[in-house]
Amino acid sequence: MENTTSLNNEQQVILDLLPQKFGLRGKIWTASLIVICLVGAFAYYRQLKNGLVVTNMRDYVSWGIYISNFVFFVAISLVGSLITAIFRLARIPWRTPLTRISEMIAVSAITFASLIIIVDMGRPERLLNLFLHGRLQSPIMWDVIVIGTYFCISLFLLYITLIPDISMLIKAKDKLGKPFSKLYRFLGGFWKSDAGMEKKRDRIITILCILIIPVAFCIHTVTSWLFATTYRPGWDSTNFGAYFVSGAFLVGAGGVVVAMYVFRKAYKLEKYITDMHFDKMGRMLVLLALLYLYFNVNEYLIPAFKMKKSEEAHLTQLFSGEYSLMFWFAIMVGMIIPIFILIFKKGRKPVPMFIAGVMVVVGAWFKRYLIVTPTLLHPLLPMYNVPGNYHAYFPSWEEWAISIGTLAGALLIITILARIFPVVSIYKTLTEDNEKID
Amino acid sequence: MSCTDNYNCNTNSRREFLLSGFMATAALAGCSTKSNPFEPENQVVLTGEKVKLLSVNGEVIEIDKAYLKPVPDMPHVSNAEERRGIAGKKFVMVIDLSRCKNLRKCQSACNHMHQVHPGQNWIKVLGMDDAEHTAAYWQPTTCMHCDEPPCVKVCPVDATFKRQDGIVLIDSDRCIGCRFCMAACPYTTRVFNWEEPLLTKEVAAMDYSCETSIPQKRGTVGKCDFCPDMTRKGELPHCVSACPNGVFMFGDLNQDSVTNGAETFRFSDLIRDKSGYRLMEDLGTKPSVYYLPPVNRNFPYESGLDNESAEDKKFHLK
Repeated sequence: MENTTSLNNEQQVILDLLPQKFGLRGKIWTASLIVICLVGAFAYYRQLKNGLVVTNMRDYVSWGIYISNFVFFVAISLVGSLITAIFRLARIPWRTPLTRISEMIAVSAITFASLIIIVDMGRPERLLNLFLHGRLQSPIMWDVIVIGTYFCISLFLLYITLIPDISMLIKAKDKLGKPFSKLYRFLGGFWKSDAGMEKKRDRIITILCILIIPVAFCIHTVTSWLFATTYRPGWDSTNFGAYFVSGAFLVGAGGVVVAMYVFRKAYKLEKYITDMHFDKMGRMLVLLALLYLYFNVNEYLIPAFKMKKSEEAHLTQLFSGEYSLMFWFAIMVGMIIPIFILIFKKGRKPVPMFIAGVMVVVGAWFKRYLIVTPTLLHPLLPMYNVPGNYHAYFPSWEEWAISIGTLAGALLIITILARIFPVVSIYKTLTEDNEKID
Repeated sequence: MSCTDNYNCNTNSRREFLLSGFMATAALAGCSTKSNPFEPENQVVLTGEKVKLLSVNGEVIEIDKAYLKPVPDMPHVSNAEERRGIAGKKFVMVIDLSRCKNLRKCQSACNHMHQVHPGQNWIKVLGMDDAEHTAAYWQPTTCMHCDEPPCVKVCPVDATFKRQDGIVLIDSDRCIGCRFCMAACPYTTRVFNWEEPLLTKEVAAMDYSCETSIPQKRGTVGKCDFCPDMTRKGELPHCVSACPNGVFMFGDLNQDSVTNGAETFRFSDLIRDKSGYRLMEDLGTKPSVYYLPPVNRNFPYESGLDNESAEDKKFHLK
């Protein structure tokens, strides 16, 4: 496509990439997401009314599916920094159609990470205490700070890369009709694409890209420290930061692959998100899965070699006990099978890639569950003098409804963003010289 | 002597403190009209019988006996003071495992006094039978009131804190219910108020205090508090006085003495002579609770099994 893009071609690109009204499928999809969110909201209302007793968490398993869902959201949100920032700084030319998607995932995931952590609080109305009485030595405060920062940078990055596109959307008013024209004018009306402003915008993006990488590493490292700063078998590990970050990149990349496939289908973007992109992302995914597998070997096999008494109960429960099915599912489906699909060239075609992406994401969700819950069932002192149901944990319907509701909510935000804004940057696609932009 | 607040008095002289406390209560009792505490009470019928009291200025004064009204509790201590703790004290507990037969009187007294939710316990008597050929014993487990408390380290809002007298407390008015402290505590001593606590009307109407830990609040964490309201009064924690076998000994490390009510020991001698130890010393948490090993036992381990619930029996090796 070079610089010789003809006017017709340019019109065609704009026409292809403009946000489109939902068809019947899109409407059903959005409506079902809203319904799931409402069910979750109702479950949360019940939790607010009756207390956390509606969950099946008890004194031993005091963190459950909410926390594992939180870790999942934080993990998947890391992709914004991977695709946008790392790829940009590494000048990877094929990133163009993927950056917007990954930024949208990042913003929605980090939003729901913050929401689900509030859901987990016994006293959500005292949230302000974090600021009134906050103590910097608590890893929770670190998490509040870095997640807040990451949210702001991600949102800003999404917005600032959107600006030239928004000005195009304003110009294409006759094609888009009324619905969001006011919003577009509010967000991008000031933009004039002269060289000065271009340059400024570009510098801001570069600065944000450099900033977001350490912050992204921080959010997931600090999240891992919520566990690693305790004495519990399974959490008391120096490996945890790197283990979490590598897992986060894997699930994030998996999420992008799934989104790529869905958007390509729904918006007919075959010309823009090509097989080449799937091929490259497939290679990326193999690399990340191998990396995560490596950390898993460290995390499980080294303690298993020693079999300290406190670790033994925990590990045998994962390897061959009540959690073994889920454990091997998460390892096989979340890492090993996708690796085997994706090392073959045929496996890196869109459809098998989509399947592998779904496997990675689903496996990752269960992996987070396994990181949080089984550990809590093996405290250092034996469990006595408690009611029988304290010895086990399986989430209640309220916990499922709220957790699935937040997942649906994250998808809903992505859906709405994709309805309002182009999922592939029109401006970038037109200029297509992102190697030169720095 | 000049006393600015109650706990200073306490350190100087217990008798003086008690007397001045008495004075203060007497003065308070004298104006018990709730609407305006400063309005002098006129309805008191004088008995004509005088009692001698020591005033805060050190003068001996006489007041009519009618003004002396028994007040069930100490004058209210402010939240800031509750957070500071009692100066000059370092509370410790010694638990003699050779005397425990899993009677759980400690537990029921504690649960009753702190209105612990049914089913939950702040004190757990653990049947320790970790290996096949080792000796099983009963281990009452309280909060360890660590000097390096992992729970305090992780609390984001200073809702759980370490006082100068060594006690680790929870301020349920501040706790946000994140439960990080529960995950951090290696002794799993903390419990959570998952639902609205079951309280009697009188308890529910009481002002919350970190020292009494009642009334408990939904969505906050609770745990053994070493009964600082009792120690402030110079009395023993409820578990100590409830135990008929004298398992628990409580006292002040600075005075080097611990007592179970009936017997008093020099703390350092007791620990040295009976090889006292602390739980999970290797973690570096430095607990304030010491254990005496279960040697020369008063009761066989099996005698405690009668008290064990069917649920718990399933998990015993022996």
